[in-house]
Amino acid sequence: MQISATGIGKKFNRRSIFREVDFSVETGEVFGIIGRNGSGKSTLLRIIGGLLSPSAGSISYGINGTDVSVEHLHRVMGYAAPYLTLYEEFSAAENIALYAKIRGLQKGSSDIAALLDRVGLPTDRKDPIRAYSSGMMQRMKLIFSILHEPPLLLLDEPISNLDREGMAVVYDIVAEQKKTGTVIIATNDDEDIAQCDRTLRVEGRA
Amino acid sequence: MLKQAFAIFWKDLASELRTRYAINALLMFVVVTLAVIMFALVGETLSPGALTGMLWVVMFFAAMSGLSRSFVAEEERGTSMTLQLLATPTAIYLGKLLFNLLLVLALNIFIVLLFLLTMDQFTVAQIDLFWFVILLGSIGIASATTIIAAIIAKANTKGTLFPVLSFPVILPLLMAGISATKIAVEEPMWDTVWPDLQLLGSYIVVVITISFLLFEFVWKD
Ligand SMILES: Nc1ncnc2c1ncn2[C@@H]1O[C@H](COP(=O)(O)OP(=O)(O)OP(=O)(O)O)[C@@H](O)[C@H]1O
Ligand SMILES: [Mg+2]
Repeated sequence: MQISATGIGKKFNRRSIFREVDFSVETGEVFGIIGRNGSGKSTLLRIIGGLLSPSAGSISYGINGTDVSVEHLHRVMGYAAPYLTLYEEFSAAENIALYAKIRGLQKGSSDIAALLDRVGLPTDRKDPIRAYSSGMMQRMKLIFSILHEPPLLLLDEPISNLDREGMAVVYDIVAEQKKTGTVIIATNDDEDIAQCDRTLRVEGRA
Repeated sequence: MLKQAFAIFWKDLASELRTRYAINALLMFVVVTLAVIMFALVGETLSPGALTGMLWVVMFFAAMSGLSRSFVAEEERGTSMTLQLLATPTAIYLGKLLFNLLLVLALNIFIVLLFLLTMDQFTVAQIDLFWFVILLGSIGIASATTIIAAIIAKANTKGTLFPVLSFPVILPLLMAGISATKIAVEEPMWDTVWPDLQLLGSYIVVVITISFLLFEFVWKD
C-alpha cells in the first residue's frame, strides 16, 4: 500500500493543531509518527485512516498502482488505538465473529481460536469482554485490526497496557505485516520507534 | 452491502436482547402511559375517533422515548469508530434502519393490542385497513427517527433534542396517519382514505431517500 500526503493541516474549532504536513509511505515500510503529548499524532493517524477529515491538504492511497478511495479504505485498513472501544457486551469469540460477519468473511471457530491464540488470549472464555483487563482488551484490539489481513495497518500506541509478551506479539504482527503491507505507528515509545524504518515528527502545539 | 447491513442489524438485535437498552425503557413507558390514560378515562365515554388520537400520541412518545438509543448508544459507548472501521455508511444506516423498523413494529403492535384489549370503547370498523395504516405509520416513524437519531447522537444535548427535532419532521406523518386511522376506525371507505395512504407512502420514500444522501455527512466527524 502506498500513501502520499500533501499539505495536511488540521484545525479544531479554528485552533490549528498542525499544518503543512507532507509525507509518503511505501509498501513494506514501517512508518512512525512521533511527537510530544498533544502534538497531534493521533489526530494525524485518524486523518490517514479516513476517520477524520483534514482541514487542508489531501491524501491519496494506492495498492499496486490502483487508487483506493477513502470510502473503501476500511476494507484494506486495520486500526487499533486506545480510543477505540469494542463491543463489550459480547464475548471475545462473538466479537471476532461479528467483525468477520460485517466484513463478509468466513471465520469458523478454529480460525477464531487461532486468532485468540496468536495474541495470547484464552480461547475458552465465554464471558463478555467488559470484564477483560486493559492488556487483554489491547490484545482484542490487535485482533480487530488484523482479522481481515489488511494491506495497511495503523497502530496508535500499540504497546499500551501490554506486558513483555504482549509487546512481542505486537512486534511480531508488525514484522509479519511488513513483508507484504504497510504499517504506520503513532507512538512516543522508544521500543516502538526502534521498529520503524522512518519517522515523522509532528510539531503541533498542545 | 445488504449482507453487511444484516450483520449490523443482527448485532444490534443481539446487543439489545443482552443489554435491554431500549426495550425496558419502551415497555415501561407504554405500560405506564396506558395505565394513566385508563385511570383518566374512568367513567368517560370517548368516541373511537378521539381514542385514535390518543393511540397516536402514545405511539409518537413511545418512539421518542426509546428510538434515539440505537445511535446514541454507539456514540456514548464509543463504538461508533469501531463500526466506522468495519462498514460503509450506507450499510450502517441500513442496518440501523432495519433494527428500528423491527423495534417500532413490535412496539406499535404491542401498543395497539393493549389498546384494543383495555379500551372497550375502541372498536375498529375495518380491521385490515387499520393494521395496514399502523404498518405504514410504523415504517414512517422508524425511517424518520433513524436519521434524526443519527443527527442528535453527535450533538451534546441528546435526550432533550430528540422530540423537539422529531416533531416537525414527523408532523406530516402524524397528520396522515391519524386521519387514515380514524377512517379505518369509524367509516371503512377506501376511497376517502386513499390520499392519506398516498401521503404516508410518499413520506416514507422521501425520508428514506434523503436519509441515504444525508447519512454519510451526519455520520462522519
Ligand atoms: N475532537 C477534538 N476536538 C478538539 N480538539 C481536539 C480533538 N481531538 C484532538 N484535539 C486536540 O488536538 C491536539 C492533538 O491531540 P492528539 O490526540 O492528536 O495528540 P497526540 O499527539 O496523539 O497526544 P498523545 O501523545 O497524548 O497521544 C490536542 O491539543 C487535543 O486537545
Ligand atoms: Mg495520541
